[in-house]
Amino acid sequence: MGASPAYYIDGSDRVKPMNQPKQIAQLSISRATFGETARIERFDVPFESGQSVLDALRWIRAHQDPTLAIRYACTSANTCKECMLQVDGKTVYACTARLEPRAMHIAPLPNKRLVRDLVTEIAPPDERMPTMR
Amino acid sequence: MKPSVKTIEADVLVIGAGGAGMYAAIEAARQLGPDARVVLADRSLIGRGGATIMAQMTVAVAMGHQQDDHWEHHFNDTLTAGRGLCDPALARLLCEQGPAAIRELDDWGVGWARQDGRNGTPGSTVPMRQAHAPGHDRPRCVYVDFLNTGPAVSKTLRAQLNRMPNIQRIGDLLVTQLICEANACVGAVALDISAGTPVRLNAKATVVATGGLTRLYARNSASANMGGDGYALCLAAGAPLIDMEFVQFFPIGHLAPRLIGMDPIMWDPFRYKLGGRLLNGLHEEFVHQYGASDAGQYVVTRDLATYAITKEVAAGRGSPHGGAWLSFEHISEAQLRAAGGPVIDRLLANGIDLTRQAIEVAPIAHYHMGGVQADVHMATRVPGLFVAGEAVGGANGANRLSGNAITEALVFGRVAGESAAQYAKTHEQCVTDTAFVAAVNALVQGGAAVSGFNPAAGIETLQALMQLDVGPFRTAEGLQRALTQISALQTQMQHAKPAAGVPYDTALVDWLDLRTMLSVADCVTRAALQRTESRGAHQREDFPGMEATWERHLRITSMGQIESSQ
Repeated sequence: MGASPAYYIDGSDRVKPMNQPKQIAQLSISRATFGETARIERFDVPFESGQSVLDALRWIRAHQDPTLAIRYACTSANTCKECMLQVDGKTVYACTARLEPRAMHIAPLPNKRLVRDLVTEIAPPDERMPTMR
Repeated sequence: MKPSVKTIEADVLVIGAGGAGMYAAIEAARQLGPDARVVLADRSLIGRGGATIMAQMTVAVAMGHQQDDHWEHHFNDTLTAGRGLCDPALARLLCEQGPAAIRELDDWGVGWARQDGRNGTPGSTVPMRQAHAPGHDRPRCVYVDFLNTGPAVSKTLRAQLNRMPNIQRIGDLLVTQLICEANACVGAVALDISAGTPVRLNAKATVVATGGLTRLYARNSASANMGGDGYALCLAAGAPLIDMEFVQFFPIGHLAPRLIGMDPIMWDPFRYKLGGRLLNGLHEEFVHQYGASDAGQYVVTRDLATYAITKEVAAGRGSPHGGAWLSFEHISEAQLRAAGGPVIDRLLANGIDLTRQAIEVAPIAHYHMGGVQADVHMATRVPGLFVAGEAVGGANGANRLSGNAITEALVFGRVAGESAAQYAKTHEQCVTDTAFVAAVNALVQGGAAVSGFNPAAGIETLQALMQLDVGPFRTAEGLQRALTQISALQTQMQHAKPAAGVPYDTALVDWLDLRTMLSVADCVTRAALQRTESRGAHQREDFPGMEATWERHLRITSMGQIESSQ
């Protein structure tokens, strides 16, 4: 499969060049369900130039832990605006924040109600499930 | 029924809040009046997910502003592109009612680009600009600058929704099953993703507007919501699917260098405005060798361009990442800026200078021609169940004319909303609990989230096998191999369902998505195996010719059988 194409669009199936030292992005991710004290979990993600933080989070879900909760819809077009979170204390879209081969701290938005892990309640109140009927 | 199950009552339930679903909800609410309740549910946030908001391109409609036009000309082009398989009644509906939908959106302030070079304002008398897209006999495609058509359409429809108090909008709600009583659709059961709990939706009429299936493929232009939900839901409810073998690949999806924060189909508007040159790995023009012209003007149709690029790659003449080069290097920076506006700076921020370098493009899964069989009222075979937008099969035949997808979303959405409202007015709800209870129980059952089977990885495995063997070029051998692998994945996942109950349980959502995607992939693959010819987006390398005897549809019934019909 040496000639197999790199799936750049998807971000998850890229062919890795051989014999290159592997660079690692060390993600420390804040995890909790609403009401719990957050714990920090560390994930090492193979780094490739040009990747986004969302690429890395999706890689973690497919290769290490499918229970990691993240929210996104358009995947990388930056149109849905659903993937807002914090990288090193700064609010960003995960799909446009560049991944870097270093320690990065990923946390949910601090000013929104936590749902789970990196997912916060960002929908307007009148676009959510009514609380009880 | 357990007392803890939330219940939502609706006259009309609309599933999916893209362009088709939002327009359906607006129209149903208008028809039913202030005392009725329309519920608009989406698995994502309202008006943010789905395909419409991602559409940076153009909308085909016979406005006649750029050049004299009539819907019949648009209709003829649609039929030609469809290679003999368009449902003429649906194609006619799309073309004939397109202008009214475009005008209504203009009145609502969408801002279609005008002849004076600006985006329009409500009430503007300046004629619209219409681009000449491939497959059209004249300039016909309206748009909002710059690359802002889909976001502007979504925002405009959202603003209208928000003004209508009889529409209840509920995001983070994933419908897992349509519920039928006495063969009629009476609502649905869904997962409240945020809470992790089942929800019962009682509805007199239901509109499925969940979009297409392009997430089945590794290379795609889709949002994560486009896993074919509506096809699986409707088929399970008893509504047949047609033309499932026809998946449109967009020939020039962005391949390399890696580009973030941009839609992979962004190059098309550049080509409309500037032409551009498509080159193989040897930097030679090649499209003309496949029977089309591509010399500076963008006229080659999608299926032919996909064919030409794939064949060049197979012959060892691909670009480094397995596609073709797209070059604007011969075009001045001033012209590029005039065509791309601020997008030029976003490209530069990604390290791409179009005056100095070509970029790599390749065919990516873009749109599905097939879908749920419906009549011109958007009614399916199941009473009380309607469809809209890309979920509908048949209007575009074997190959969709560029620009028809948003037109279809708007027109079919409006018609579906009207039909569902009429149905709700004339039918009383008579619902028992049995079917709902079974569907709720199915959602609640299961084990712990971590079970040794990773559903997110399962989705990637499916995407890779579909790309390889059920892509634009197919063989009996590859299709059989795909069926075997689909079946193996179905077996693997069967006993690994996480139980509902965890807030925002992405493992459960992925498991439900994988189940849906496998069932839809099976439909696409089996129909592709059965159609032993090449037509439009369905190309069989072992059956290269288009056969007159195959000018007919394949229909998949809820029993899983494939029938052939004219």
